[in-house]
Amino acid sequence: MTTRPVTRLRARTLAGGIAVLLATMLMAVLIGAAELGWQRVLAEIWAQLVGGTSPLSEREAAILWQLRVPRVLLAGAVGAALAMSGAAFQGVFRNPLADPFLLGAAAGAGMAATIVVVFAPALTLWAASALPVAAFAGAVGGVALSWLLSTSYGGVSPTTLLLAGVAVSAFLTAVQTFVQQLNADTIRQVYNWMLGGLAITGWADFVSVIPYIGAAAVVLMVCARLLDVLSLGDAEAASLGVNPGRLRLLLISAASLATAAAVSVSGLIGFVGIIVPHFIRLTVGASYRVIVPLSVLGGASFLIVADQIARTAMPGELPIGVVTAFAGAPFFIIVLRRNAEKLW
Amino acid sequence: MVSPVVELRNVRAGYRDRLVLDGVSLTVSAGEWMAVIGPNGAGKSTLVKAMLGLTRLGGEVLIRGRDRRTLPARESARIIGYAPQQPAIPGGLTVTDYVLLGRTPHLGLLARERSADQRVVADVLRRLDLDKLAARRLGTLSGGERQRAVLARALAQQADVLLLDEPTTGLDLGHAQALLDLVDRLRREDGTTVVSTLHDLTLAGQYADRVLLLDGGETVAAGPPEEVLTPELLARHYDADVEVVTVAGRQVVIPVRTNGR
Repeated sequence: MTTRPVTRLRARTLAGGIAVLLATMLMAVLIGAAELGWQRVLAEIWAQLVGGTSPLSEREAAILWQLRVPRVLLAGAVGAALAMSGAAFQGVFRNPLADPFLLGAAAGAGMAATIVVVFAPALTLWAASALPVAAFAGAVGGVALSWLLSTSYGGVSPTTLLLAGVAVSAFLTAVQTFVQQLNADTIRQVYNWMLGGLAITGWADFVSVIPYIGAAAVVLMVCARLLDVLSLGDAEAASLGVNPGRLRLLLISAASLATAAAVSVSGLIGFVGIIVPHFIRLTVGASYRVIVPLSVLGGASFLIVADQIARTAMPGELPIGVVTAFAGAPFFIIVLRRNAEKLW
Repeated sequence: MVSPVVELRNVRAGYRDRLVLDGVSLTVSAGEWMAVIGPNGAGKSTLVKAMLGLTRLGGEVLIRGRDRRTLPARESARIIGYAPQQPAIPGGLTVTDYVLLGRTPHLGLLARERSADQRVVADVLRRLDLDKLAARRLGTLSGGERQRAVLARALAQQADVLLLDEPTTGLDLGHAQALLDLVDRLRREDGTTVVSTLHDLTLAGQYADRVLLLDGGETVAAGPPEEVLTPELLARHYDADVEVVTVAGRQVVIPVRTNGR
């Protein structure tokens, strides 16, 4: 049949995406700084899943289950959050340059993190560092401020919101820079946070962000078809029975919560929210019903690989933001040049 | 008397600081084609928006006898299908994907299309001779094909009323005629009611059962084409010199050069 819709995410494509993600996760768990040996790691995983004796010592098992596995899962969750939020923002603003940091999430998180680093480096909340909580609150606050400032006549136009986001970002960044200049000795620490990284131990970070990212993923996937409707413009969306203003608020809230959660544990990892959705748009299809779910899978895979490179390519660690841009940009340019005519 | 599908009673509509429609009333009966004409700025597009519920309102808009303001959006979307003058074209979507979006008011808010919806779309594509283009991306279509895709999207809504805002914009003579012929055929086959704004008065004369002439936000004439498309009315409201000829019982409006008057 010639009229079979290609919006429908085919089982084959979905299975491919899941297979790639599982393969990346496995690869990332098998390889690491501590040479555990991939056969022994496989044997340990087998022992945990099926039963039997593990070749790993207790300390080695702890490295695997308390360091590697949670880090891989966290990288996956953060990548998924940034990529799906980027896709949602591009749909909401009907703009290919939209990314999840556009509305002040990055600037808000950066300002809040800097304030904590400078004024209250020892502050703890619930027995953990206050930095992630502050970054989360800053990101949500930045977006909320942009939204409130762009409300007029009871509605929010995407263009006004976008410009409000630019203004709010500039303002919050100015505050952040000012605070930082007053305390130049903390610049390195702030800078490190900004570049992004996933240096963690244990499961706490993953457990704290996954509710937000998981809930947002459900909302965005359920609304993927409505993102296509939104691409027709407000008048047509309304004529199809969809309330574009309410839909935008829902989508931006979900995407921003996921972004804030990601930022709180990983700092500012740029480029993922742009490159992953566009890669899917160029290679698989332009319907958000394809882009959103594949962004979740692709974003997770991409960031797991990037984190893998960040922690193994050099002695010590590269900032992951450097890896996503350094490896991602040339790759993206190649895909773009081959498929540019398919865009939008 | 056939009951009106759409009825406007003394509608006043516009923007924050400017009233565009100042007391327009009209009734559209089931199965008829009403063309809304008028000079630039007369309020044609605002009239369309008022019917869609996109402007603030004074007066009443009744859709199948129910007040527009209390009618749920999805329900009204099942009654009125709309094709805008300058539709946003998501160039990456295929024709089928795009036309499927017309099924939105028939789906649960979170549901996906069932095979019944796909059958409707396949049928619409076939009738509009778009089936060979079904897998093409919108960005690769010609202007005429694109207009047909937009019409197909509106038809997939399976609404009783087709609201077309300047459907022939950007189309050449032949494509404009083909598109309106198509609308006319669908109307006769399905009993669809058509309301369209048209800037081409000859096309209005050729296709419409009734013509509504707007000027300055008010109805200045309404009736069958032969009553509205007269040289006197057109001269007065368009500030144009025209001759109207009747060919095969239908009006043809010809602009005549006046040598500077």
